[in-house]
Amino acid sequence: MSRKIARKAIGTVDVLIIGAGHSGLAMSRLLTERCIDHVILERGEVANSWKTERWDSLKLLTPNWQSRLPGFAYSGPDMDGYMRMSEVIDFIQDYADFTRAPVMSGTTVTSVQPLERGYRVMTNRGEWRTRALVIASGAFNRPLVPAVGDALPGDIKQLTLHDYRNPEHLAEGGVLVVGSSASGLQLAAEIHASGRPVTLAVGEHVRMPRVYRGKDIQYWMHVTGLLDECYDQVDDIKRARGVPSPQLIGSKERRTLDLNALSAEGVRLCGRLAGVRDGRIQFSGGLRNVCKLADLKMNRMLDTIDGWISATGSGECTEPARRYAPTRVDSTPRLGLDLSGGEISTVLWATGYRPDYSWLEVPVLDRKGRIRHDGGIADAPGMVVMGLPYLRRRKSSFIHGAEDDARDLSQHLARFLDLTTGNSLIRMAV
Amino acid sequence: MQTQEMVIDNGVNVEALLGAREALTEAPAAAQFKWRATSEWAGGTHTRSKVENFFGLGEEQKHRQAFQYDTDHPEIFASRDIGATPVEVVLVGLAGCLTAGVAAVAQNRGIQLRSVKATIEAPMDIYGILGIDSDVRNGFENVKVYFEIDADASEQDIEALVAQSQKRSAVFDIISNPTDIDVVTRKS
Repeated sequence: MSRKIARKAIGTVDVLIIGAGHSGLAMSRLLTERCIDHVILERGEVANSWKTERWDSLKLLTPNWQSRLPGFAYSGPDMDGYMRMSEVIDFIQDYADFTRAPVMSGTTVTSVQPLERGYRVMTNRGEWRTRALVIASGAFNRPLVPAVGDALPGDIKQLTLHDYRNPEHLAEGGVLVVGSSASGLQLAAEIHASGRPVTLAVGEHVRMPRVYRGKDIQYWMHVTGLLDECYDQVDDIKRARGVPSPQLIGSKERRTLDLNALSAEGVRLCGRLAGVRDGRIQFSGGLRNVCKLADLKMNRMLDTIDGWISATGSGECTEPARRYAPTRVDSTPRLGLDLSGGEISTVLWATGYRPDYSWLEVPVLDRKGRIRHDGGIADAPGMVVMGLPYLRRRKSSFIHGAEDDARDLSQHLARFLDLTTGNSLIRMAV
Repeated sequence: MQTQEMVIDNGVNVEALLGAREALTEAPAAAQFKWRATSEWAGGTHTRSKVENFFGLGEEQKHRQAFQYDTDHPEIFASRDIGATPVEVVLVGLAGCLTAGVAAVAQNRGIQLRSVKATIEAPMDIYGILGIDSDVRNGFENVKVYFEIDADASEQDIEALVAQSQKRSAVFDIISNPTDIDVVTRKS
């Protein structure tokens, strides 16, 4: 059990962490190491989003050897396997217990306001004051549904990734899955296997094999340093932060789930969902190019890996280099789909997520509602954010990415607290 | 002994483009452009169109000169063939847009271009425009673009140039995705 906090409703603390997921807990651990007083506020229980906002079959995209947090790692027998959600929840709960994290569960933050120094944090269970704030409330709070969803006829059932659990909950009939990141492909495969014909609307995507030259692709991304690439070293960090999750699936067979695998199973590929007009869905004619871009990009990554293997003379590699068949696109890809024909009964939006900052009453959001930050250091005194895509490194949004980010950002917070303490002492002395 | 400094010059000022991108990121209003064309019927199927002004960077802008375009239909449609057909002008727009994109991306990636040629072909079943078969659409059945590029780069890098150019092309987007059109008519 994690240490339960018995404080008064109104508390004052040096650092307040919002969210007891892997990011918030990693930060808590490193603050504890620095003897910095802090509390974690959690709207539900530890690992809440993993418990309540994921579909049944989901497994991590990263192998178990990568599941590690500061001072803690996966210790089971299957290093190359992928955790199911129940295992992820146990892993994070075990971590909370191991670190004796000061979690206040069932505490929903309703607003955060700036004070002259620090922040006032209102919750359903009273008010807190803090000098510094860690926003670790997740990157996947709100499923994004494009505006075009409003134009769909009412008899078409629409679901987001937060609604979907498994195919049995779906109506009979065809399903249009919109989105071609890991989630879109995984669900297209699972729903198609349930006997419901699936059409997949494909936008820009990231293709990679699950296993390359005998090892998990994550291994190569790790050893070549790709996962550690820093946010201030990439050409266009805004673009890098918007890149969809790679088309991967965690399975026992370590299978590769790409568009070719799906179309071989009978899933129909279309371009990006571009519009709805007169009861017809319109697909973009740009399917060939998004596939070409992804194929070229995958080959560049494989070139990097092959280059690393020959440069280091890596003896661990037993299999020769190879390249995969280009993504197959129909000679006449479908551009429209008549909804009155009954071909589609459900539309599943796998179109990404956005964090929910509706409670954040600090002028730190950009015009698209994202926190303005420099490698996690928000544009507000003593505020840091964690767990967002490419926050500080390519691996930032993965469980194993939390450690390095928390180390950097806890150091920043320690300095901030020292500095502001110094100032107040000087002011008191004057 | 000669040493040659490799200077990549495709005649595209990438620094200016990147500078504009940076500046506009902080000024979303300045990024709101309006493109315009005016036209007048010139008898038969001949139309004369003009492009001169546009709006951008928060104010009215003017091309260095007014550009005129004649569109008509070929003689086999019993027209006088004074200009390209409007559908051909669409292809001209696509060629111009993709090629400009190839040049800009090449400059940004340090690739010297020697020649960039495009051939575009777009099949059309004119049963649509003639109203013979309502199942046939008026527009192109598809568009095929063939690029032939001579540059100091690998085959793969050249393919990547063209792919990136499509990704950032306005005309590619206009043709491949639907756009709402509002036609307002007034008796003069």
